Amino acid sequence: MKNAERINSLSDLSLGSACQIVSLELSGLLRRRILDLGIVPGTLIRSIRRGPSGDPTAYLVRGTLIALRSEDASQILVRKLSNGEECV
Amino acid sequence: MILSAEKKSLLWQNYFGVTIRNDQLSIALAGNPNVGKSTIFNALTGLHQHTGNWPGKTVNNAHGSYQYQKKPFLIVDLPGTYSLLAHTVEEQIARDFLCFANPDVTVVVLDATSLERNLNLALQVFEITPNVIVCLNLMDEAKKKNLVIDVPSLERELGVPVVATAARQGKGLEELREKILQVATGLLQPTPRQIKYSSDVESALKELLPLVENITNNSLSPRWIALRLLDGDQSFLESLSNFLDIDQVSFQDWEESKCAQ
Amino acid sequence: MCAMSSSRNLSEAYGQAEYVRKAYRNSFSDQIVADIYGNAEQITKHVLSSKGRHRIGFDQIIDNLVTSKWFGYPLMILLLVGVFWITIEGANIPSGLLASVLFAFQDQLTLGFQWLGAPDWVHGVLVLGVYRTLAWVVSVMLPPMAIFFPLFTLLEDSGYLPRIAFNLDHIFKKAKACGKQSLTMCMGFGCNAAGVTSCRIIDSPRERLIAILTNNFVPCNGRFPTLIAITSIFIGGAIASYSGIINALVISGMILLGIAVTLTVSWLLSITILKGEPSSLVLELPSYRRPKIGAVIYRSVIDRTLFVLRRAIIIAAPAGAVIWILANIYIGELSILSTVAHTLNPLGKLIGLDGFILMAFILGLPANEIVMPILIMSYLSTGSLQDFASLEELRNVLVSNGWTWLTAVNVMLFSLLHWPCATTLLTTYKETGSKKWTFLSFLIPTLIGFSACFILTQVVRMLGLA
Ligand SMILES: Nc1nc2c(ncn2[C@@H]2O[C@H](COP(=O)(O)OP(=O)(O)OP(=O)(O)O)[C@@H](O)[C@H]2O)c(=O)[nH]1
Ligand SMILES: [Mg+2]
Repeated sequence: MKNAERINSLSDLSLGSACQIVSLELSGLLRRRILDLGIVPGTLIRSIRRGPSGDPTAYLVRGTLIALRSEDASQILVRKLSNGEECV
Repeated sequence: MILSAEKKSLLWQNYFGVTIRNDQLSIALAGNPNVGKSTIFNALTGLHQHTGNWPGKTVNNAHGSYQYQKKPFLIVDLPGTYSLLAHTVEEQIARDFLCFANPDVTVVVLDATSLERNLNLALQVFEITPNVIVCLNLMDEAKKKNLVIDVPSLERELGVPVVATAARQGKGLEELREKILQVATGLLQPTPRQIKYSSDVESALKELLPLVENITNNSLSPRWIALRLLDGDQSFLESLSNFLDIDQVSFQDWEESKCAQ
Repeated sequence: MCAMSSSRNLSEAYGQAEYVRKAYRNSFSDQIVADIYGNAEQITKHVLSSKGRHRIGFDQIIDNLVTSKWFGYPLMILLLVGVFWITIEGANIPSGLLASVLFAFQDQLTLGFQWLGAPDWVHGVLVLGVYRTLAWVVSVMLPPMAIFFPLFTLLEDSGYLPRIAFNLDHIFKKAKACGKQSLTMCMGFGCNAAGVTSCRIIDSPRERLIAILTNNFVPCNGRFPTLIAITSIFIGGAIASYSGIINALVISGMILLGIAVTLTVSWLLSITILKGEPSSLVLELPSYRRPKIGAVIYRSVIDRTLFVLRRAIIIAAPAGAVIWILANIYIGELSILSTVAHTLNPLGKLIGLDGFILMAFILGLPANEIVMPILIMSYLSTGSLQDFASLEELRNVLVSNGWTWLTAVNVMLFSLLHWPCATTLLTTYKETGSKKWTFLSFLIPTLIGFSACFILTQVVRMLGLA
């Protein structure tokens, strides 16, 4: 992969920054749920806030706030946006 | 599904727990959670279904009736779902209702403040039934967020009537009633946008279509069934074979259903 | 065409689909969703424009506070205490007013019956049984409910509830359950049966069952007016000047205890009969919407009033009649009611209650609203006191029947922790479709209720505190 160094998991995304979904390493019902909410490869997503104890994290995706636990977010692979790419 | 009024009321009674009179025109209210379906339901029927600003307030089918232009309507408030590729109980309830109950009109309620996400469900409904109206609710909230939606061009894109509403303020409901009447009586015939999938999916669909074409007597879109088969959607296939049995065993002659044995 | 042939067609097609799915490497279901969203994006791009900047400022500011590390939890507790404080303070006057009007009318009714020359038993069943129970339920239950629920609905309509789930999720995760369980618990305040139904929002079957089995630890509509009445009489009442806020703190404490029990039981279930790891949470946090305050208050006051009155008429009124009859048919020296109470007395005493209280809880199975009326009627029918109209007089009734602060605390504990009402059990059966889980949903609280009261009583007695 060309920019392998830039592939991270969603849970590592720092608060306030945005990225693009690369792939979902989830299975079953959760995968389905996440897909249905529009978190598909290519989607832009921004991490917005964490719960009082640091988990879960709320992400802004397609104009709505969705909270995910870090275990689940860590199975979603994302790519950092290079400068100048469109933000959510 | 083309059902006679008697069959329909029997089916509704037994499988969806809804009593419908033969002369009533039927409406299903579908949409994502928390978009104001119950609020619209209440406004149309004058009932008081519980509403609340969180996804999942309604978990059961509720139904009520109203009159418009001397025509009686029966309207069913479905649980909110993000998609019809059902995997939870509420999603199954909503999907089975849309697929098998055959309402005369399906109103898909969209949240104007998150159009993209909400269109996902609308586009799925378009694959099941052509008699769809899109109700673009929460227009007041969209305005607060400085979002402007070009309704006529949305109507063109989707191929179905689009009504902008702010249900809590009672705005746009008159037009909604009117459009429901027109679609229910066949005065208006929507031609909902059909999705063209990527080539892989389309060619796989082509392989499957001949096999499913005659499963349901054209009562349910074969393309939709083929899509679910590609999905490997077990729960839909279970429902489908259930309803196929109902369709045939309870409504057709015994003689006929025995012939295969 | 035939049923058999079409289901054969279906399974044939299914086999073919299986084959096709394997032949292509990519997952079709992902592609299908991605294609639909691709369309949705295109359409949105054509029709949506944003006038000026996208404004999420308002939501952000509130969320910063509501989910903050420092203020998130204190704010939740503050809201809880605040809501109960307003409820208790606000309910005081209308409760007193309703009681004096309704009980004054009872005297008129009695006079009327005397004037008509109705036999004693008719007066007994209709006035002392049915009417008095109704009067109690309406005057004690209605005002707090008609204040609490509008407040709660305002919170619900504003969009705060999902934030509660967001804040509490990691605690539920530790108990190997789901944060959405807190939403189902919120629904339980209104009615545990509704709470049990709302558990459908939890995706994982294991976690849904946990939520169903523990919903009862949230005091419902029928129980917390009882809690309020008892604190007002025995705890807040003792410290007159701050009684409102003390009562609110006590009730909030009970709720927190209920939450603690819920978490503990959830965890215990997760490591025993419902073994499993926490699954996942996908929770949408909707934008705040300003509720239409007037409409919400109007609607929910009406809703609750009708709800309470309906339950009173359907359940409390007949129960009143039955209890009066049982209290007035004698077998030898004792009425049927007293006979039963005496039989239950040793068990009751063991857990710091008495036979009458235990019997009232048992007879209250159809609906928790009737526990206190049954209890008071049983006391009244056996003691020398004839009637009461205020909380002060009610206190005298209870004290003369041997109540201490320990009895009061035990009744509150037992009310919070005991078995679910019949409607909730029925709903649990509908939702789980299993006798076993329904029975467990009965057994678990029952055991906990008995043990909690037993341990507290024994400890307090050992320490010589009561
Ligand atoms: N501002 C505004 N609020 C609305 C409008 N329509 C509904 N609401 C509010 O949005 C919230 C959700 O409405 P519901 O009718 O309960 O939504 P629902 O689609 O039935 O939700 P589920 O049952 O969870 O699927 C409620 O608090 C309503 O008062 C509207 O047009 N404008
Ligand atoms: Mg609803």
